[in-house]
Amino acid sequence: MAYLAFFAPEGEGATEHNPIVPIWQEMLIGAVAFGVLCFILMKFVFPRMNQMFEARVDAIEGGIARAEKAQAEAQQVLSQYKAQLAEARTEAARIRDEARADAEGIRQDVLAKAREESERIVAAGKEQLAGERQSIVRELRLEMGTLAVNLAERIVGESLADEARRKGTVDRFLAEIETAGAK
Amino acid sequence: MSSTALVLSSGDIPWPPSIDDFYLPDLTGGHGVLLTKFTAMVWLAVAIILVFFLVAYRNPKMVPSKAQWLAESIYGFNRDGIAKEIIGHDGLRFAPYLATLFCFIAVTNIFAIIPLLQISPNSHIAFPILLALITYVLYIYWGIKKHGFGHFMKMSLVPPNVPGWLLPLLILIEGLQNFILRPFTLSLRLFANMFAGHMMLLVFTLGGFVMLNANTLLFPVSLLSWALAIGLTLFEALICLLQAYVFVLLTSSYLQTSLAEEH
Repeated sequence: MAYLAFFAPEGEGATEHNPIVPIWQEMLIGAVAFGVLCFILMKFVFPRMNQMFEARVDAIEGGIARAEKAQAEAQQVLSQYKAQLAEARTEAARIRDEARADAEGIRQDVLAKAREESERIVAAGKEQLAGERQSIVRELRLEMGTLAVNLAERIVGESLADEARRKGTVDRFLAEIETAGAK
Repeated sequence: MSSTALVLSSGDIPWPPSIDDFYLPDLTGGHGVLLTKFTAMVWLAVAIILVFFLVAYRNPKMVPSKAQWLAESIYGFNRDGIAKEIIGHDGLRFAPYLATLFCFIAVTNIFAIIPLLQISPNSHIAFPILLALITYVLYIYWGIKKHGFGHFMKMSLVPPNVPGWLLPLLILIEGLQNFILRPFTLSLRLFANMFAGHMMLLVFTLGGFVMLNANTLLFPVSLLSWALAIGLTLFEALICLLQAYVFVLLTSSYLQTSLAEEH
């Protein structure tokens, strides 16, 4: 029978099993089985896979976005630092200039004060000197008069002291000497 | 007839392979059709796929384990490689169905070369017809839903820019192609591949035994026959996966035509 079916598909063996005529019960079972498969996979498995794929995409894109944000922030901070640095530099230069100007002013002040002071000291010294000279001259004159009178007394033996004091001889004499010296 | 002699000499080996080899007694030994090797294999395929996916995706991680990676790869292949590629961005909503379809056909096909099973349920045309019917219904449903009945018919039947006198002929051809041949070719392609593949393996495997029984001197030829059977088994593995891919590819291609904006 099997042999007949193979060589004579139109024969009686083939009418029993025609391979291109579906067995409807099998279609039914196939439909139920495939339906169960579709239901479970399409409801419980593949949607979760979709979510997982999306989560992965999110994770990657989120990572990129985060990195970009961090980079932008870093860029901003860098430019901020640069601006601050430049500001600080100009500030420092300004301060240096000011300091230099201040120092110059102070130097001038100190110099002027010192000059003034020295002039003042010199002037005071001169004044003092002149005063001392005056008093020394006065003392010397007095002493010299006394000495001269004493000498004369000893030479003349007489008490000329009173007379000389009276007549101003000594003073006159000294004045003569002074004028002679001045000439 | 020489073949008669072979049948007689082959003893208990059923020779030559026939259509009856595809209609085995049912599991209780009777001639029922509800509890046969074929229906059992369909349930087995469903069970294998479900267990695999449910276990692999029980606790999904951002960084996948091997099983999770495999499951995602299968889905991703259907989602990005077929649905997105053929249908476009609209196709993503069909990805779960297409992936399910692919897994079902691939597993039931590969039964053709699994020891002890060694036949694909798809060599019974009932299963390919069922799957082609679902594709057909989806194709027409989405076409009508997207474009409305009239517009979808016009899109499917009337090619643009043709002279009026050709229209009757073209409408006939397009209608035949889009509404009659499509489901038929889709189911027949899968069925015929699985049917012929099983037949070929039977011929070369049983043929080796038949020749050996007929004459011991034919042993080298038997060896050649078995070697060919092994080669064809590997080839069959390729066909099994390829046919699953082709079926899903054509399904998405039909869906693409029904979702397309215009011709």
